[in-house]
Amino acid sequence: MLLSVKNLRVSYDNIRALHGVDFQIGEGEIVCIIGANGAGKSTTLRAISRMVPVEEGTEMTFMDQDLLQYSADKVVSKLGISHVPEGRRLFGNLTIMENLKLATFARKDKEKIKEDLERVFDIFPRLEERKPQKSGTLSGGEQQMLAIGRAFMSGRKIMLLDEPSMGLAPLLMLSMFDALKELNKEGATILLVEQNARMALQFAQRGYVLESGSLVLEGSSEELLANPEVKNAYLGG
Amino acid sequence: MVFFFQNLVNALQWGSFYALIALGYSMVYGILMLFNFAHGDIFMVGAYIGFGVATGITALASFGAIALPNWLILVLTIIISMFLTSFVGILVERLGYRPLREAPRASAAITGLMIGIILETGNLALLGAKRVRFPSLIETSTYNIGGVFVTNKKIMIVVVSLLLMFALHQFVRRTKWGMAMRAMAFDYVVVPLMGVPINTIAAMTFAIGSALAAAAGILFGVAYPVLDPYMGIVFGWKAFVAAILGGRGSILGATLAGFLLGFIEIFVAMIFPSTLRDLIAYSIILLILAFRPHGFFGEPYSARLRL
Repeated sequence: MLLSVKNLRVSYDNIRALHGVDFQIGEGEIVCIIGANGAGKSTTLRAISRMVPVEEGTEMTFMDQDLLQYSADKVVSKLGISHVPEGRRLFGNLTIMENLKLATFARKDKEKIKEDLERVFDIFPRLEERKPQKSGTLSGGEQQMLAIGRAFMSGRKIMLLDEPSMGLAPLLMLSMFDALKELNKEGATILLVEQNARMALQFAQRGYVLESGSLVLEGSSEELLANPEVKNAYLGG
Repeated sequence: MVFFFQNLVNALQWGSFYALIALGYSMVYGILMLFNFAHGDIFMVGAYIGFGVATGITALASFGAIALPNWLILVLTIIISMFLTSFVGILVERLGYRPLREAPRASAAITGLMIGIILETGNLALLGAKRVRFPSLIETSTYNIGGVFVTNKKIMIVVVSLLLMFALHQFVRRTKWGMAMRAMAFDYVVVPLMGVPINTIAAMTFAIGSALAAAAGILFGVAYPVLDPYMGIVFGWKAFVAAILGGRGSILGATLAGFLLGFIEIFVAMIFPSTLRDLIAYSIILLILAFRPHGFFGEPYSARLRL
């Protein structure tokens, strides 16, 4: 298993957001977690990237390493876990090129960085055209491309994507998922959380359903798409 | 006209002091959203460290009977003191501010005030109440350029300051550390997701700011050789004004505002009695701020404080 999460519990101000979540992701997989707003999807990703403290009893391992031994920046630089946060959170005062370069801050493999950069520009030619521009000037779709490209540059073993489809027109959404498939072929395992359940399940190979801080269902995408409960609650009947 | 240029030279010198100190304020504020009110006292500590280093080098040189030219002693003093003072800054960040990173901003602000008092009184306890004379390392020579009198010291102060500001600008624009600093100024919380150790960047910001304040302290000691433990207070306030007037986290802004302060002070003193200098000068600055409440430049930033 690439990533294994056991009994993940997180609280904010004494209110428990995750009540012991268990799941596993194998190398090369595309997995999604679907759920309503406030179900704890973002919190799950934040816990993996060590941006929120977890409670006693939580176990998380990545490539057989104890994830809890790593600080947030080391999770990225030493383990290769990258995280595209909700709302993309680009550095609007930096250029597109600088946003991509900053993501390689701790990397020493100069040749590979160059290759990766070329790969990002292959997949997102718009970014190369506009690389000297401030990222704050990009359209929503371009911003999402940059956020994904940036995550790919920082560490490519696994990419955690928080609502990547949010705010994108349907056509842009499709091309973004195509690009993610490309990056997946390059060796990036993908874990995404989405409110847009249909889109996410069509893209991922399997999924989990998160409800009020607990995983209630899991299965292959086909199974979940055909599941009457999922249909009712998340796919609009 | 000659009168004007004469004052311009003086204004540039004072502006250099203010700008060098303001840069440290501005960087820390820009990156950590924190007013480091101890910064004026770091300027004082830098001047004293400079005094110690200069005295030490002179003593060592005469002890070993090496004839070091005075200009070389000064250059070494500036470099070594900047280096040593940067550790004072790192210590202030590590012990004073890092434990309060998530605390209310007011707690961090009083921390700065307390560290300032500790540095002032610590100095007093260490060296006693008598004032210290900064060794006079360069002989003053005065040049008459078309009726304007310029001393070698003033030229040196302005040139060294501008060089340091240019170096800082290049560092922030061109290196990956500078890039990380700019990213932190924009959206602090996301920076770890880029694999950037933010504690290192925070410590570095304090180190650079303190080194610049030390340079200002030594240059001040060269021009006005009497040092006392409270010399940093008023300088700190004024440089703080310059930092905010320049705009949040803006290096160019802090530099220009520092020089502007120097200009306003000197030119007010040129027209009015010098006892009214600060009264009138800071009334003018208050007026400027009323028209530009966000300062001159101010880097844009994301207001989201959580991931």
